[in-house]
Amino acid sequence: MAEVVDSVWSERDTSPGAIESALRGLVIEHTRKHAGTMPARALNLVSVVDARWSGEIANRLGMVGRLAPSRNVVCKVEPGRETIDARATVSGLEGGRKGVATLRETVVVSVGERHLEHLDTIVDPLVVTDVATVVWSPHGHPEAVDALLPLTQAVLLDSRDEPDPVDALARVGRLAQDTHVVDLSWLRGTPWRERVAAAFDPAARRADLATLDDVTVRHRADSAVAALLLAGWLATRLGWRVSGLSRRGDGLAGHARSHRGEVAVRLEPEPDMTAPGLCGVALHSASGAGVALRRGAGGLEMARTDRSGRERTWTVLGASRGEPGILGEGLRQALLRDGTFAAALDAARGMAA
Amino acid sequence: MENVGLTEPAGVGENPLTEGLERLPVHPTTLVILGATGDLARRKLLPALYNLAHEGALPERFHLVGSSRSELSDEDFRKRAAAGVREFSRREVDETVLDALLASARYVSGDLDDDGLYARLGQVLDAHDAEADEPLHRCFYLATAPEFFPVVIEALGARGLNARENAQVRVVIEKPFGADLEEARELNARVLDVFEEQQVFRIDHYLGKETVQNVLAFRFANGMFEPLWNRNYIDHVEITAAEDLGIGLRAGYYDNAGALRDLIQNHMLQLLTLLCMEPPNSFSADAVRDEKVKVLRAIAPPPPQEAVRAQYTPGAVSGDPVPGYLQEDGVPDDSTTETYAALRLQVDNWRWAGVPILLRTGKRLARKVTEIAVTLKPVPHLAFDSEGSVGPQPNQLVLTVQPNEGVTLKLAAKIPGSRMRIRPVNMEFLYGTAFLSQSPEAYERLILDAMRGDATLFTRNDEVEAQWRICDPVLRAWCDSSEPPVGYAAGSQGPAQADALIDGAWRAI
Repeated sequence: MAEVVDSVWSERDTSPGAIESALRGLVIEHTRKHAGTMPARALNLVSVVDARWSGEIANRLGMVGRLAPSRNVVCKVEPGRETIDARATVSGLEGGRKGVATLRETVVVSVGERHLEHLDTIVDPLVVTDVATVVWSPHGHPEAVDALLPLTQAVLLDSRDEPDPVDALARVGRLAQDTHVVDLSWLRGTPWRERVAAAFDPAARRADLATLDDVTVRHRADSAVAALLLAGWLATRLGWRVSGLSRRGDGLAGHARSHRGEVAVRLEPEPDMTAPGLCGVALHSASGAGVALRRGAGGLEMARTDRSGRERTWTVLGASRGEPGILGEGLRQALLRDGTFAAALDAARGMAA
Repeated sequence: MENVGLTEPAGVGENPLTEGLERLPVHPTTLVILGATGDLARRKLLPALYNLAHEGALPERFHLVGSSRSELSDEDFRKRAAAGVREFSRREVDETVLDALLASARYVSGDLDDDGLYARLGQVLDAHDAEADEPLHRCFYLATAPEFFPVVIEALGARGLNARENAQVRVVIEKPFGADLEEARELNARVLDVFEEQQVFRIDHYLGKETVQNVLAFRFANGMFEPLWNRNYIDHVEITAAEDLGIGLRAGYYDNAGALRDLIQNHMLQLLTLLCMEPPNSFSADAVRDEKVKVLRAIAPPPPQEAVRAQYTPGAVSGDPVPGYLQEDGVPDDSTTETYAALRLQVDNWRWAGVPILLRTGKRLARKVTEIAVTLKPVPHLAFDSEGSVGPQPNQLVLTVQPNEGVTLKLAAKIPGSRMRIRPVNMEFLYGTAFLSQSPEAYERLILDAMRGDATLFTRNDEVEAQWRICDPVLRAWCDSSEPPVGYAAGSQGPAQADALIDGAWRAI
């Protein structure tokens, strides 16, 4: 999807009203000049970013392709700034084979730290009414997120950004009380949840779920939250009672209690893993049967052990989404709801405590 | 924190891990494509399988088996399949996924009427089962020429490949399902002699399109339309499937089929059923299809004067001259095959009685568009003076299936100025502007549904026969007629004779 043309407006020491007026003018001007274009109206994304990292964030958003927000409001935080500068861009995007050309609008608003506590009064006029608004604040600035909550339908975050998993999960829990939270660490586990569910879907194998007694989740060192959320998901779906895990080496280990007995739970960091997220899951049942999934070429490598101890291996097909794909999926999920996340989060917090 | 989250496990028989998943598991399956070196497989089926693999949507264990007459090795088939995927995939190909998809692909050559072919297929399927140490589900996709459908079905039955202990066996049958009512009945009888109806998936790829499915969401998830959706408010309905292209290299197929069989008998009547059906009590396969069949049964075949057939004559498309149908390569000089068909139908039930439903389709028309246009009755009294303006026109709701998928509502609005002058304006919604994700290709959805055993978007035996019951008398009348089809210039709106079917004028294509 190639950008065909931009209309640009910028002003120093401006106001939200002037920015909104300019944006409206740009859209009208653009659609008048380029007949057949339509403003996209799927999602407002409000990003709060440190000025020095704003280029990196713009690059990340630029790589999500079709999943890009329709109106992107970037609040660039510059230490010590007293006034507001803004630059608005309206881009016409070719519609590809479908033939529809859509407009995407980007507003970069330079603000100072003093503006963050009331950032909602700056952003409110800039988002499209009646279109879902998502807030993403990858560099912290919790006061800005708090200020924006009344405007938002979802908060996008990545628990991996928080060094301590306990703090990360607590932060998600606090936000989830007020709004819909999309955690990229949860989304990194989606293919693993799907494949674990599929592994036990045939009726003959479902009985093994009740007798699981050992779970190991392997993850990149900075992705312990993704591992905790996967373990938390398993625990809530299978009705396990969870308790705090203890530090064992670089990882965490402990037990959960199922209706049949204890389940050993281990979360182990994988030092050689390059991409964030998970790299393996192994589940064993008291019957001797088990499944293990690991990242591999062209998908996940599945190893299934039957009750007699015989192992079979094959590849479960699927492409890596990469970090741009995860971010794009996060934006898409902001418009959906996953009813299993909240319970998994509670259980993950129980294990992390 | 201690003792968090103790709950009772889900009931016996359910998989508690599937709740909340966007993509539900599909049982391990081996898919056999018969006609695997043909155009449909190369352009649609294999790219669809690749895209499903890319997204991680295929079953955890999936094997592809291709079969056709060509003498190929497994490796040759993999190379051909990979080339088709690279050429026609809707997304850039990840070679590691493509390699993994095709790594276990097998190829079995043979004539479809040779019992040995099915013996060899059975061996390959058994080998995949043995490797998995469990019986995998089996799905036979008939992408062959239609005359082989009964041959393949009976051969599968004769070899015992129609059933498998502890596994499901399904058969997907491409269109056309018969060339007339008698053939469709005969084919249904032969198919159902070998397979149970719930094993049979008669594909109509239109039903796999997101925008076609959205007709149901539009009607049954929006309260504002239901009060209007009947004979009291709707004046007439036009369903159009127009193409700007000619028949290309498909003369062999097309000259035997014609526009009515190619599009109206299946796709367009399916659109009609979705538009006119009563709300089902659930969205299970049979609940939906029961309601669709009721609509089809309420439609009488149109009398001869309410059916128009035509053939394109030389004209111009995109500024360039193009030949007429009879000048196309492979078309007999005396062909009377219609390249345009239009019908005026009535749905004789409480909701629709008296509302004309007009269907038209054609090749080499002014542009490519598939749409449903619902025109409401005009307001009973108009107080405004239309002098100096177009004036109000009846509200029209247009559901566009392709190419610009969306919904348009035509409303009357005041022209700015001191006088009360009115003209129509459009309120427009385009899918591409409102959703972030890309629609999957119809075949992706349908292949997955067939492997999953969900027949909601497939045509049931009684539906197919009900569709033919409407079209068959028209085809017979045309066949018996000494009158050749009327002509229309390529690149035009179609034949003038079609204007007689509608009270007023057709929407411009």
